[in-house]
Amino acid sequence: MKDMSLFALFSTVGALLAIALGVMFPALAMGRSISRALDALARQPEAEKSILRALFIGLAMVESLAIYVLVIVLIVLFRNPLLAYLLK
Amino acid sequence: MDENNILFRIGPLLITNAVATTWGIMAALVLLCWQSTRRLKLSPDRWQSVLEGVVLTMQNAIDDIAPGKSQRLLPFVGSLWIYLVLANLTGLIPGLHSPTGQLAVTSGLAILVFLATHWFGIREAGWLPYLRHYLQPNPILLPFNVISELSRTLALAIRLFGNIMSLEMAALLVLLVAGLLVPVPLLMLHVVEALVQAYIFGVLALVYIAGGLESHAATRSDGGTAS
Repeated sequence: MKDMSLFALFSTVGALLAIALGVMFPALAMGRSISRALDALARQPEAEKSILRALFIGLAMVESLAIYVLVIVLIVLFRNPLLAYLLK
Repeated sequence: MDENNILFRIGPLLITNAVATTWGIMAALVLLCWQSTRRLKLSPDRWQSVLEGVVLTMQNAIDDIAPGKSQRLLPFVGSLWIYLVLANLTGLIPGLHSPTGQLAVTSGLAILVFLATHWFGIREAGWLPYLRHYLQPNPILLPFNVISELSRTLALAIRLFGNIMSLEMAALLVLLVAGLLVPVPLLMLHVVEALVQAYIFGVLALVYIAGGLESHAATRSDGGTAS
């Protein structure tokens, strides 16, 4: 049972750390890209359409990084494939 | 696939919740299209102008990214957009789940986009010029080009799946922790996110297809000088 509690502890801590870091850095990147887009928008308001389109595509790309982390974290928490070895 | 997701089976085929919901959406769309295109008039009534506005908006969006290709791309990208908007929003109806919250559904859509990229590209330029663009800057880059094709398809699938699934799960968790009516702001976020993700999926598919189409224009224009 000791193994089990250690496993639960480490996977929870690992998942929390992973989601914390995995949200922090994409958030920084998104903030940078939004501020740059606003700069560009202030300089050239007539290019709004293409700037916003590029911004949205870029934001989706950056956001998907956080989503990858989320998917991994959910796998670790709910469907950890290593758990089978522990239970055997 | 979860066992409790399976509704019924037809022979060896297990019909899951997602498949049944998709059939429902398809039936609703077919019925809607049939109903609204049955009596098209030259001077449109209110409903017809709404539909024409939708189609024109999609056409303009495609023309912005791939100029002059909207006639060819509208059927594929437009269907992706319409289906994804409906499928993402289905999760808001009580008792139903978004089919796009299943990895199998989004993987299927991403594979369609992957195949469509090559289909449109090969139709535009022919086999050899299309395949040659994988060697484009330098033959050394061939593995990287192939990997980027595959990884962006995977990313397309995971992005949509992760977003929709995490939205539903977040609402569920808040409901468990806080109680009735508290997840309502999250559901409003769900509306926004569903529309944004549908738009993003379609636009990325469009960008990939346009990239496949344009690569031969580039190959053809400097093919004379290079060879």
